[in-house]
Amino acid sequence: MSTPWQAVGARAGVSIRRARTYGFVFLAAGLSIFLLFAWGLPAGQTTTFVLHPGGASQAIPIPDLTLPSQTTLYILALLCVFLGGWQLARGFRRVNLVLSLIAGAFVIAFLTWAASGKSFNLTGLLNSALLRAVPIALAGLSGVLCERCAVINIAIEGMMLTGAFVAALMGSVAANVWKWPAPASLTFGLVSALMAGALLGLLLAVLAVRFKVDQIIAGTAINILATGITSFLSARILAEFQYLNNPGIFRPISLPLFSKIPIIGPVVFEQNILVYVMFVLLAAVHIMLFYTRWGLRTRAVGEHPRAADTLGVNVFRTRYINVTLGGMVAGLAGAFLILGSVGRFDELMTAGKGFIGLAAMIFGKWTPFGAFGAALIFGFADALQTKLAILAVPIPSQFLLMAPYLVTMIVLAGVIGEAIPPAADGQPYEKQ
Amino acid sequence: MAPVLELRGITKRFPGVLANDHISLTLEEGEIHALLGENGAGKTTLMNILYGLYRPDEGEIYVRGQRAEIRQPNDAIALGIGMVHQHFMLVPVFTVAENVMLGVESVRAGIFLDQEDAVRRIRQISEQYGLGVDPYAYIKTLPVGIQQRVEIIKLLYRQADILILDEPTAVLTPQEVEELFKILRALSSQGKSIIFITHKLKEVMAIADRITVLRNGRVVGTTTPAQTSEEQLAAMMVGREVLLRVEKRPAQPGEPVLRVENLQVYDDRGNLAVRGVSFEVRAGEVVGVAGVQGNGQTELVQALTGLRPAAGGRIFILDKDVTTASPRAILERGVAHVPEDRQKDGLVLSFPVADNLVLNTYYLPPFAQRGVLDREVILATAERRVREFDVRTPSVLTPVSSLSGGNQQKVIVAREFSRPIRLLIASQPTRGLDVGSIEYIHRRIIEKRDEGCAVLLVSPELDEVMNLSDRIAVMYEGQIQAILPAETATKEEIGLLMAGVRKEEVRATAG
Repeated sequence: MSTPWQAVGARAGVSIRRARTYGFVFLAAGLSIFLLFAWGLPAGQTTTFVLHPGGASQAIPIPDLTLPSQTTLYILALLCVFLGGWQLARGFRRVNLVLSLIAGAFVIAFLTWAASGKSFNLTGLLNSALLRAVPIALAGLSGVLCERCAVINIAIEGMMLTGAFVAALMGSVAANVWKWPAPASLTFGLVSALMAGALLGLLLAVLAVRFKVDQIIAGTAINILATGITSFLSARILAEFQYLNNPGIFRPISLPLFSKIPIIGPVVFEQNILVYVMFVLLAAVHIMLFYTRWGLRTRAVGEHPRAADTLGVNVFRTRYINVTLGGMVAGLAGAFLILGSVGRFDELMTAGKGFIGLAAMIFGKWTPFGAFGAALIFGFADALQTKLAILAVPIPSQFLLMAPYLVTMIVLAGVIGEAIPPAADGQPYEKQ
Repeated sequence: MAPVLELRGITKRFPGVLANDHISLTLEEGEIHALLGENGAGKTTLMNILYGLYRPDEGEIYVRGQRAEIRQPNDAIALGIGMVHQHFMLVPVFTVAENVMLGVESVRAGIFLDQEDAVRRIRQISEQYGLGVDPYAYIKTLPVGIQQRVEIIKLLYRQADILILDEPTAVLTPQEVEELFKILRALSSQGKSIIFITHKLKEVMAIADRITVLRNGRVVGTTTPAQTSEEQLAAMMVGREVLLRVEKRPAQPGEPVLRVENLQVYDDRGNLAVRGVSFEVRAGEVVGVAGVQGNGQTELVQALTGLRPAAGGRIFILDKDVTTASPRAILERGVAHVPEDRQKDGLVLSFPVADNLVLNTYYLPPFAQRGVLDREVILATAERRVREFDVRTPSVLTPVSSLSGGNQQKVIVAREFSRPIRLLIASQPTRGLDVGSIEYIHRRIIEKRDEGCAVLLVSPELDEVMNLSDRIAVMYEGQIQAILPAETATKEEIGLLMAGVRKEEVRATAG
C-alpha cells in the first residue's frame, strides 16, 4: 500500500512526516511574505539595491537595481506558495536545495520591504557579512582540526581572546616602540598571536592527552585563564599606555582583475590579507584532511584511535600536533579581530565568537567549508541587523535582532539534519 | 629448517597474577596452530606480547630463527606478524581501502593518498585467497563476516605471514564460520602460518593442525586433532573430567506459563528492535532463542522482565497481563531473570556476596521485619547458598567484584534459583564462562525444567541452545523466523535461519 505521502517522501529519501512539514514550511513562508511584507505597502513604491560599493572600488560599475516593491513581493510570495504546493502534491527530489531557495526568497523579500522607498547598498551588506564571518569561520576551522582527532576544543574562545591581546600588544610594541614599518610590525603582531594560540593549544593537548583531564573542564579552565589574564593585563598595561594598544590594521589589497568583477569583486577580492589567508587555509585544511596521509590518520584517530594505534599510527603525537595547530588557527582568528578589523584590544572583545565558531563547526558537519558556510550565515545575520538599524525599519529592534537568527535556525535545522561527530570525540585514549 | 616462530619461556606478571608462566610454543610454516584455553588462561596476554602490546618479563621470541625484540605493534608488523583482534579494529566510516592502507598509505607526490593503488593491491589479494571484498565499500555497510575478511586483508596487505586470530568465530554465524575456515585453509596452503585462539572445542577439532592447551598461564600440552578428542581437550583445559553434553530426559510440557502476542519493542535509538513476536513457553520445557547478537534478543528479554516498555502487543504470565507491569510485579509472579550483562544488570559489584544474594527479596520476611533488615538471617542464608551452589568466595562479606566471572554468575544463579519460580528467563547464562562453570549452570537449568519451571533461554551460542532446548526459536531482525523442535532441528537449518533465509527456502535447500 502506497499513499501519495509515501511517494512524496520516497522521492526525496526522507520520511513522510518530514516531507510534509517541508511543504507546509514553504507555504508558510509564502504566506508570511504576503501578510507581513506585501500587505499594506503603498503601491508604486520602489526599492533600490545599490550594487557598487562606491569610493575607491575598482569594480566595473553596474547600474543600481530598482524594483517595484509590491510586485516583487507578490512574485516572491507566489514562488514560495507554488514551491510549497508542488512539494505537498509531488515532492522535490532535492528538497534541501528548495528549502535554501525559500530561505533566500524570504530574506530578499524582507530586504525589499525594509528598504522600500529607500536605497540599500547590497554589496556593503555582503562585504560586512564576510568580514563578520571570518573570525567565526577561523574558530570553526580550529574546532575542525581538534575534533577530527577527537579532542574537544571548547577553549577556542579563550585562545582567540589571547591571540587578540597578544596581536594588539606585540603589534603595538613593534610599531610604536621599536618603530618598525607597518607591514613588519603587523606581521610581528600576527606571528606572536599565532604563537600564543599554539601555546594554549599545546596546553590543552597536554591536559587532554597526557593527563586525560575531562576536555570540557580543561577547555573551560583555559577560557577562564585567558579571560582573567587578558582583562588584568589590558587594565594594567593597555589602559595605562595607549600607544601599546594601537598596532594599526592590514590595509585591503585589491586583487588585480578579480576585483573588477561586479558585486563579487568588491565583496571578496578587495579585502585585507587575513581574509585571503582564511580562504587559503580553508582549502588547505580541506585538501589535507581528505586527500593526504596526514588527514587519513587524523580522521582514523578521531574515529577509532585503537585501530589507528594497532596499525602503528601514533595517536598521542597526532593529537598533540593537531590541537597545537588548532590553537594556532584560533590565535589567527583573534589576530584578525585586531589586525584585520578593529585595530585595538578591548576586554572580552571576542564576545562568544569562539563558541559560535564551534556551532558553525557542528552545523558544517566537521568540515572546513561546511563550517565556513555556517559562519557566513551567522555573519550575514549579524551584518543585516546592524544595517537594518540604520534603515530605521518600523519594527522593534529586538525583533530585528531576532529575525535573522530565526531564519538561520530554521535553515540549519532543515538543511543539515542530524550531525554526527567523530566517534571518539572527547574521549581520552589509554594505551593498553 | 627453523620454525617460523618460536616462543621460549615467556613469562608475564600482572599485579597479583601470573598471566604467562614460562610458555614455550613453536609455529611451523603453513600450519594452523590452535591455542586453546579458558578465559583467563593467558592466551590473549601471550598474543599481545607477541604483537608488541605488552612486554614480557622473561623469555625470548625467535622469528624465522632470529631473536626478535618486539616493543610495539610496528615491530611486529615489520617482522611479518599480524593480528585480527577480537573486537575489530576498523573505522566504520572509512572504505575498505582506507582502512587497509591506514598506516602504510600509498601516496603520490609525497603526500596525496593514492587510493587506486591500494584498491589494485586489495583486489589482487582478495582474488588470490578467494576473499571477495569490494575495496570501495564502506565498513559500516558490511556484514560482520566480511569485516573480518577486511581485517585479514589488512594483514596480508602488510605482507604478514604469521597471522594471529583472537577468538575469530565469536561473532559469526555457523555459515560464516565455515567460510572463514575455507579462507584459513587457503591461506595456510599458500604458506601462511596461523595462530588461532579459541575456547571452542569443536572448532579446534575442525581446523587445527596442532593444538596447544593453556591453563592458568601454563602450557598443559600440545597435541593434534587426530590424537585427541573433545572430551580429552576439555579435561586438559579445566583440569578434570567434564561432561560436554547435558544429560536430560524428554521434556514433559504442562500448561503455558509465558505467552507473548505480537510484541513490539523499540531499542535505545528508537528503532523497532522487536517487530511483532509471538510465542509461548510451557511449564517443564526449555525454549531456546537462537540468533546472531543484536537481532532484538536483548530488547525482547528486557520487555519480558519489565525493564523496557513494550511498543505494542501483549505479554501474559500465568494468564495475567503483565505488559505494563513493573519489574518487581513481574518478579513476584515467580519470574527469575539471569541477565545478559551480569556485571551491569545482575549484580551490585561493590556489594558483598551476601547482599547480592537477596537483591530481589531483601524487603520480604525473613530478611526484613517491619522494614528493618535482619542481618543475621541474611548472612546465615548466604552461608547456606554459597555452600549449596558451590560459589568459590573467601567469605560472604567479600565484594562480588573480586570474584571470577564464573563465581559471579553462580551468585546470580543462587539468588534466582533459590526462591519458588515458575518462569526462568536466562540470557546468555554462560557468556564468558569456562567449560567447568558452563557444565554446572547447564545442569542447574535442566534441573529447574524438570521441577516444572518454564525456561526461556537466549543465547548466541548455537551449541548451547541446541544442547538445552526442547524447542528452538530463531530470531532475525526482530522477528522469529521459525520455531523448531530441538530433536529434529539441524545446525545447518538453524544457521541459515539465523542468517535471514526464510523457512520455506531452508526446507527447499535442505530437502
